[in-house]
Amino acid sequence: MATIQFDNLGHSYHPHPSKPEDYALRRLSQEWEDGKAYALLGPSGCGKSTLLNIISGLLVPSEGRVLFDGLDVTRCTPEERNIAQVFQFPVIYDTMTVYENLAFPLRNRKVPEADVDRRVRQVAEALDLTADLKKRAQRLTPDAKQKISMGRGLVRSDVAAILFDEPLTVIDPHTKWILRRKLRQIHEEYRLTMIYVTHDQVEALTFADKVAVMYEGAMVQLGTPQELFENPEHTFVGYFIGSPGINLMPCTLGNDHALVDGIAIPLPDRAVPTVGGKFELGIRPEFLELTRSGSAGAIPVQVTGVDDLGTSKLATVRLGSQTLKARLSEEQEIPALDAAIRFPTRWTKLYRDSHLVG
Amino acid sequence: MDKVQDNRAWFLIIPVFLIVAFSAVVPLMTVVNYSVQEIFGPGQTFFVGTEWFEAVLKDDRLHDALVRQIIYSLAVLLIEIPLGILIALGMPGGRSAKTSLTLVLLALPLLIPFNVVGTIWQIFGRGDIGLLGATFRAIGIDYNYTNNSAHAWITVLVMDVWHWTSLVALLCYAGLQSIPPAFYQAAKIDGASKWAVFRYIQLPKMRGVLIIAVLLRFMDSFMIYTEPFVLTGGGPGNSTTFLSQYLTQMAVGQFDIGKAAAFSIVYFLIVLLFSFIFYTIITRTGEGEKK
Repeated sequence: MATIQFDNLGHSYHPHPSKPEDYALRRLSQEWEDGKAYALLGPSGCGKSTLLNIISGLLVPSEGRVLFDGLDVTRCTPEERNIAQVFQFPVIYDTMTVYENLAFPLRNRKVPEADVDRRVRQVAEALDLTADLKKRAQRLTPDAKQKISMGRGLVRSDVAAILFDEPLTVIDPHTKWILRRKLRQIHEEYRLTMIYVTHDQVEALTFADKVAVMYEGAMVQLGTPQELFENPEHTFVGYFIGSPGINLMPCTLGNDHALVDGIAIPLPDRAVPTVGGKFELGIRPEFLELTRSGSAGAIPVQVTGVDDLGTSKLATVRLGSQTLKARLSEEQEIPALDAAIRFPTRWTKLYRDSHLVG
Repeated sequence: MDKVQDNRAWFLIIPVFLIVAFSAVVPLMTVVNYSVQEIFGPGQTFFVGTEWFEAVLKDDRLHDALVRQIIYSLAVLLIEIPLGILIALGMPGGRSAKTSLTLVLLALPLLIPFNVVGTIWQIFGRGDIGLLGATFRAIGIDYNYTNNSAHAWITVLVMDVWHWTSLVALLCYAGLQSIPPAFYQAAKIDGASKWAVFRYIQLPKMRGVLIIAVLLRFMDSFMIYTEPFVLTGGGPGNSTTFLSQYLTQMAVGQFDIGKAAAFSIVYFLIVLLFSFIFYTIITRTGEGEKK
């Protein structure tokens, strides 16, 4: 297991990158702790696979360094780094049995046969593959094949980190859930450093200790699931995490308040920059309070729709020209005529050019 | 649902039946018809039963030709298949000018007609004016395909390798290109050696195209006619007289229609049998359950 450090890391597929847009992965300096589970979350083309391949050593970054336990491994092969990786689609050796597949990474490293046998059986047990050990890998279902791929990653006990590149894409939803629990258990048992790439927020939030959200080649926030939810540092994090995402309203700034379509909304007491850029006000639907007009600090709005989601209600309201969503409990009455909303200052976020400023 | 009971579906099948009948069944039946008759001339035919078949099976020259043919086809497969795989493994991948150039160069021999290939090598190998023959002569090797059976044999074999290895290489290349990059990356991470990558990833993924390559090369080489015909006409002696050559001599040269027809049928069955054996072996080795 190893601590992973990125030192001014960046990558561009262009030979001579000039604009920030030329970078598939923009400048990044960070340290990832040993034995933790990390998730790289973001939409397609956000650079998460590029970062993963740089960590695994399949790709040499055009700039900066990668360090494992303080050792520069930027130009090392995956083998030298002692990395295991599980790919999006099952990679199995068709002509081998399940047992031989799982033993392959160990046998290539000349591990004594007794240890190979012990590890293979252990991993097969953990992944429910024991019954299939003697079968030809080629004949199994995609689910089982992907389990073999994962097993080959897990079978080596001495790896620096295990990397997962959207490993559950081909798995049906029910098995997906079970496998994710399995991985989580394995992680808790062996404290392996795991890095998990996904575009599914549920997968990332349930799997990882820390989630790194990527957007257009930049890592916009690294934090625990709670931090990402309560304090999105970038409008993209607010939008991407949570369902529905954060309410965002373009605004201008007053002294201690923001103006949205001429309506004043109180701002948190934090230092507020007043110059430059495009300002936006953001609040999660979960934190927006719906009350009757007349109560203190409430701003009258028009309720345009309510969706009952079974466990909660989702109200759509109009504030000036803005449409906002508010998540309410099932019991809460929704005022028909004199509805108003309140922005708790603690949860009201101010963004300048998409970055959190207050 | 009302199921209409009529025979209109036959209209859809009849064209196929007709085409297959005229392209395969009718000619084949003609041959079968000849093979059981003695034909002296138009209207002078006599039914002879299996006599021609018995004669064919006892024909020593035919036995020699068959042995020669089997050795030749095996040699072709043993050289062209590994060589084709090697070339395919060495070919550049991706979309680049280098790839296109390699593909075009490899495809060139395949575009040359059989008899032109024969003529090219016939001239190429001549001791007086051919580059190859003259070079051999200059360095003191007495290379002469017209009176040395071994030389004639090797020349025909090299000609075939030159002409057809490209086909095997292109097929294998197509097979290799269909392997997703993740397989190579996974193998790298699993610490697999180059040999292991070939043995456990590339070779199994090429199985499908290799079946096609082996069958095509076997059937083609087993029916080789033009090249030895152009080079030496089957000689020197009978050294490069393969089955087709002998069949043609029998049918066209001696006008032994009945015997030639029986020979054709036996020939056809042999090709079918060998193809079936190869196909079974390759598919079995790929899918057989390991203990």
